[in-house]
Amino acid sequence: MSDAAIIMGKAIKPKTSTDDWIMRAMMLAIAAYLLLAIALPLYAILSKSFQDPDGMYIGLTNYITYLSTPALTWSIGNSFKVTFVATVIVLFIAFIYSYALTRSCMPFKKIFKGVALIPLLMPSLLPAIALVFFFGNQGVIKEWLFGYELYGPIGIVMGEVFFVFPHVMTILLISMSLSDARLYEASEVLGASKIRTFFTVTLPSMRYGLVSAFFVAFTLVITDFGVPKVVGGQYNVLATDVYKQVVGRHDFQMGAVVAMALLLPAAFAFIADRLVQRKQVALLSARAVPFEPKPSFTFDMVMFAFCALIALIITSVLAMAAYSSLVTFWPYNLTLTLKHYNFDLMDGGGWSSYFNSIELATYTAIFGTIVIFSGAYLVEKSRGFHKGRSIMQALCMVPMAVPGLVLGLAYVFFFNHPDNPLDFLYHSMPILVICTITHFYTVAHLSSVTALKQMDPEFEAVSQSLKAPFYKTFWRVTVPVCTPAILDVSMYLFVNAMTTVSAVVFLYSSDTTLASVAVLNMDDAGDQSPAAAMGMMIVMTAATVRLIHMVLTRGLTQRTQAWRQR
Amino acid sequence: MSAETSDPYLKISNLTKNFGNFTALRDISLEVFEKEFICFLGPSGCGKTTLLRAIAGLDIQTAGEIHQKGKDISALPPSERDFGIVFQSYALFPNLTILKNVAYGLENMKKDKAYIAKRVDELLELVGMPEQGDKHPAQLSGGQQQRVALARALATEPGLLLLDEPLSALDAKVRAHLRHEIKELQSKLGITTVMVTHDQEEALTMADRIVVMNNGVIEQVGTPFEIYREPASPFVADFIGTTNFIKGTLTNNGQVQVGGMTITVTGTSKDLSNGSEVLLCIRPEDVLTGSRADDADNKVESAIDHVEFLGSFHRVHMKPIAGDGTDFTVDVSVARAREMDLSLGAMLKVALPADHMNVYPSVS
Repeated sequence: MSDAAIIMGKAIKPKTSTDDWIMRAMMLAIAAYLLLAIALPLYAILSKSFQDPDGMYIGLTNYITYLSTPALTWSIGNSFKVTFVATVIVLFIAFIYSYALTRSCMPFKKIFKGVALIPLLMPSLLPAIALVFFFGNQGVIKEWLFGYELYGPIGIVMGEVFFVFPHVMTILLISMSLSDARLYEASEVLGASKIRTFFTVTLPSMRYGLVSAFFVAFTLVITDFGVPKVVGGQYNVLATDVYKQVVGRHDFQMGAVVAMALLLPAAFAFIADRLVQRKQVALLSARAVPFEPKPSFTFDMVMFAFCALIALIITSVLAMAAYSSLVTFWPYNLTLTLKHYNFDLMDGGGWSSYFNSIELATYTAIFGTIVIFSGAYLVEKSRGFHKGRSIMQALCMVPMAVPGLVLGLAYVFFFNHPDNPLDFLYHSMPILVICTITHFYTVAHLSSVTALKQMDPEFEAVSQSLKAPFYKTFWRVTVPVCTPAILDVSMYLFVNAMTTVSAVVFLYSSDTTLASVAVLNMDDAGDQSPAAAMGMMIVMTAATVRLIHMVLTRGLTQRTQAWRQR
Repeated sequence: MSAETSDPYLKISNLTKNFGNFTALRDISLEVFEKEFICFLGPSGCGKTTLLRAIAGLDIQTAGEIHQKGKDISALPPSERDFGIVFQSYALFPNLTILKNVAYGLENMKKDKAYIAKRVDELLELVGMPEQGDKHPAQLSGGQQQRVALARALATEPGLLLLDEPLSALDAKVRAHLRHEIKELQSKLGITTVMVTHDQEEALTMADRIVVMNNGVIEQVGTPFEIYREPASPFVADFIGTTNFIKGTLTNNGQVQVGGMTITVTGTSKDLSNGSEVLLCIRPEDVLTGSRADDADNKVESAIDHVEFLGSFHRVHMKPIAGDGTDFTVDVSVARAREMDLSLGAMLKVALPADHMNVYPSVS
């Protein structure tokens, strides 16, 4: 069968229909966007790392300087150390937490699930600021550190565990809820003990989830900039080094080299994760029966106690951030006041940075959703053109592997280049929007693809046989059916555009200061309470948007109940 | 069915489809006549769906031509071909009502509203689903959804109806019922129809002609009766219905040596030389038993190994009648079984009528 047959008939070259031409043109447009927004900037930063300040090619000289500067190379070890420790801790906590949510009958599961997501609403700077109020030099419970210093690895690990927790918890939760009850029944019937069942059924079924969670946590921690910026102290890591080289020393070449050093582990973790995920396909058969936990008083209470403790920690970090934003003068005058919200009196851009952030988030959500969902549709549903589609698919995955700081710096090199006709975008709102869409492209693309994959692949075939142009079916069927996913994507983009610091910190101008950057700058200037206040504005906005999203989704599900039941 | 002397409605010539190194269809040629109901039948992976999708233009062939009504459609995209299609998954648009689903193709033809409304009513009437138009697909049963899918495919009055395993997702009862309805509708409308199925019963009951496929080639094309009675190859004989295979050696014309026995056969018109290895095929229901076996040719006796009761008949498995180890089955009707001893180990005398036996060259 596999031998190539001798072809008797005339070879056929399929005619390209109008639909196909339109689709290819659109795909090229989006591919061109991705080329401009990710491929070329990455090339710009890479070539910058091989140049001297005058733009002459000098080979590996910058790298050699980098490697022979102990102050810089220490950061590599530091980064790996804190990342590894934080990742292991967060995996451990998130594992038990999600295990409790899926495998116990403890009360208040919904609340626990919600509380665990709180860190998603914050720029990573904010929990770090809250940590300062807890454990800093004038912290309320600084003696809980037994004389150890918050600023440094301890602070970074604590902040990162908090910041990464919801991401890891979500991945583990999904992988645990995908378990097949029949395997547990079989194990029980065969007389296996609970512990044996755990090691032979539970763990193997979630090993991909665990590995994936590990890589995601690893990438998020090593590329995060907010936490080490606030509580890192003298303990340098790769992410803060990039910032210091560029913003502090204006050494763009060295910034590019450190950015490369940061890109490498992130890209490696990303590729490893993709390889593992590819293997996970079809782990669960369609006939699997979802697992239903049975009540067990002791186990449920232990799990409840654990989750309650974690939830308490998370809420108290949020509460501390809120409290510190309202205190007149920490720790001497604890009367409550709203004066720190009067941002116009501080550095950092005032209230306009908050409104700039809203503008950025709105544009990112609208244009990002349009571009990303259409792109996913074209990759997933167009006919033929296999090479173009696989190149496009690959391009869509790249942003995930690129840390925000690297992307932002790459934009500086690419768009600020005098020969670039797109130079006019530099320091404008559009470049912030483009950068933010690109930074969060991959996750949004993947959730769009997942939603599209759930649609019957024959819809397109049927509409072709009915002579309907693809855009008609896209508009009348695909978009309505995928509306929940589209809402998810736009909410994801909005919230992340509000909270991100790393991608935009090199790109804002005095006209386009942003709330998250204002948090950074006010904290830098020692105005911790106003920084916390701006952080709280971000949290409240993100929470409001999430709430609106929830109401919209619920309303939509009710209105479309007639056909959404499957 | 029109006479085969007229021009074919659909003409497939030397069609080959490769997926990378894999050849899914190998040099397929086939003619389909106007108003005919054709079934592509074969095991999964035989290429039947690939052939249907090539006809639809959904997966265009690597080489070879397709003509529809004399027009070369080989390279055309689906939107420029003339067909309606129904899938196993129904593929009804979930967010549109039944009315909107059926009207979908008509709206693209820019028909006026009154015409569309009338036509949709007509179609829903035709498929036996009047007054369900305001529901959404998810509110209907599988069988009802498939009727709607059929109405949608027929709405634009295509010249060719393609059915891709349309009944496979349905319950056995609904399937049998819908099988009959589709066939009736097809002959009423006189629309040329190609259906893909892996269910031989479906093919035998619905098709005017069956195309039996295996490993990317056509094994046989014929009416259901021809396919069943005169299978062109051991594969067809085995795939459709149940068949006994007996290995033997051809001695002189009409004589086959099986173990120690000599069996007389007719119709060895195929190019078989004396002394070549052959395969004898006879269906279990064609084997004669009891008194009918007494005055027939090719009498064989063997012990009963086990008996399966299948409702209207017993399938008797006998110990191998030749030394080659394959067992031999005989169908005995319930009425006849009352007069016979079908206990285990009992000796059973049967006859293999020469005119119901097919002889094939042995493939080893």
